[in-house]
Amino acid sequence: MTETVEASRRRFLAGAAAFTVVTLAPGVTLRVAAQETTQAGMRAVRWGILIDAGACSPDCTACVDACATEFGLARHGRPQSDPQWIRKVTVSDPNTGNSKSFPMMCQHCEHPPCVDVCPTGASFKRADGIVLVDRHICIGCRYCIMACPYEARNFVHEDIVDQKPYAPRGKGTAEACTMCVHRVDEGRTPACVEACASTGHKAMLFGDLNDPDSEISKRVATFGATRIRADLRTNPGVRYQGI
Amino acid sequence: MHAPVEYHFFTGYSLRSWLVLGGFGLLAALAGLAAMYMESEGHWVTGMTNHVVWGLPHVFAFFFIISASGALNVASIGSVFGREDYQPLGRLSAVLAFALLAGGLSVLVFDLGRADRLIITMEYINPTSIFAWNVFIYQIFFGLVIIYLWMMMDPRMAAFYRPAGTAAFLWRLFMTTGTGSVLGFLVSRAAFRSAVMAPEFIALSLSFGTAIFALVLLALQRFEGRPVPTPALRARLSRLLGLLVAISLYFVAVQHGTGLYQAERRDVEHFLLFQGGLYSVLIWGGFVVLGSVLPMMLLFDPLRAGQHGALPIASALIVFGGLCLIYATVIGGEAFPIEIFPGMHVTSSAFDGAVHPYAPSLPELALGLGAVGVAGVVLLMAMWVLPLLPDTAGSDSPAGP
Repeated sequence: MTETVEASRRRFLAGAAAFTVVTLAPGVTLRVAAQETTQAGMRAVRWGILIDAGACSPDCTACVDACATEFGLARHGRPQSDPQWIRKVTVSDPNTGNSKSFPMMCQHCEHPPCVDVCPTGASFKRADGIVLVDRHICIGCRYCIMACPYEARNFVHEDIVDQKPYAPRGKGTAEACTMCVHRVDEGRTPACVEACASTGHKAMLFGDLNDPDSEISKRVATFGATRIRADLRTNPGVRYQGI
Repeated sequence: MHAPVEYHFFTGYSLRSWLVLGGFGLLAALAGLAAMYMESEGHWVTGMTNHVVWGLPHVFAFFFIISASGALNVASIGSVFGREDYQPLGRLSAVLAFALLAGGLSVLVFDLGRADRLIITMEYINPTSIFAWNVFIYQIFFGLVIIYLWMMMDPRMAAFYRPAGTAAFLWRLFMTTGTGSVLGFLVSRAAFRSAVMAPEFIALSLSFGTAIFALVLLALQRFEGRPVPTPALRARLSRLLGLLVAISLYFVAVQHGTGLYQAERRDVEHFLLFQGGLYSVLIWGGFVVLGSVLPMMLLFDPLRAGQHGALPIASALIVFGGLCLIYATVIGGEAFPIEIFPGMHVTSSAFDGAVHPYAPSLPELALGLGAVGVAGVVLLMAMWVLPLLPDTAGSDSPAGP
């Protein structure tokens, strides 16, 4: 009688163990596989944009216009608080008078100060180097805007119309250039880069900075490129030539 | 051996008391309305922009948060440093610190773009953010002040009076370091990027907080007609406040003096100190002359120190000068353009290279003054329900700080 009970208990325990393994193993395997993929992604991809100031026309605003259209960045006649994810800056040397015009946007830093200071982690960097704002957990404290060395971030000051389903925005939250992550994830290039190419200037080049065979990497390796405020060691993903 | 000090509740239920409470309540209510208006319309109705992102509400918030730390001075002097004359005032000092922090944080919270999401700061915590740290640092400060108050009020807990006081004292130094670091850690902005910011804020907290405490104490004396503080304690408090003002002035001088010496901060310092228009006037006229030199003359003058007008006038000037300094520091520092291309001339459609304008709006002022309202309501309610006010405080000996 005792042996029967013992055997029954063993069978139950063995069955329970088998059930547990069968139930949990696929999940664990998937998680490990996902981690490996993410780590591999971190090693493999770093999206960046190379901007050639020499090829950028001072009067052209194709990149700025394309960004506004892509994300529905409506203006309200209040230039100090209206959104500008990308802007054309003109930089002149006061000693020589030499002047250059080129676009500035979120520099998608490797070490982004906005991500460091964000209290909730709403500002975050993807494994492929694109820096984004999670609008669901942004509380609108604007500390990231204070911290950004490139004045690249905006605060949504008013009601939003013409929302794009692929890039929802939120009143009272911070926002900036997303490097058109919705396009990048589909294998396309950012809207600003596409618009620049369509004008024939071809001053912007998008690609993987970590891939030595990509055109952007080759050009950076051959001609060199400038990181704006390199002294801050943010290591931007947006690089410049001719500035 | 001193006779045990008797404490009493705030003289409540008179028309005057209700009027004072109503006044503070009205300020708090107006701030609530302003916050709702800003939240529903969006921040474009304020003077804040994509360049001056922290405005007048943040000036009040910073001022009240750092003053909260300093308002605990009198309690700390009594418990940590064993000055018995100050000990009867410890309860009021602790509650005032609590009230000021509540006032400052209320403004900060209601200015958020999404104040409704405040709970998220408890759910998602970024360990590298000094803001995230401060959320916990402020809450622990509230807790420590409550425990400290309990130790002060419960005779059975007398053994823990000094340890609790020491813990609160050390924590408030840490807290003000955290508040100063909110600006000091901003490496991209030359106006703020300085390790001096943290000790400067500690020094400022000591003078602002003690000045507010003196104003509250003297207002209560006038309201209740009791001999608290005694003329001797009043003279001591005056000398202490004068010393703290001198220390504050020293740290502000070091902050700006070192900035003038460093090439990358020279331009912004020239802007703030000399070419910044309103900001320069606020620093020199508001903080240095009205908020520091004049109060020191009033407080250190042995002939004036004992007079009734010297301490309240000096304290009011210190508070005014403090608000001027915080305004010039926070908003002036934002108004000066970030140097993205050092040494170059920059223009853009987003106003790169230009001094950014800022004009505070009425809702911002209402929200900022809400700090006064909330702090006043918290303080009055606490004084109504707890015996915080000593019947006597201070010996007749005028010696010592």
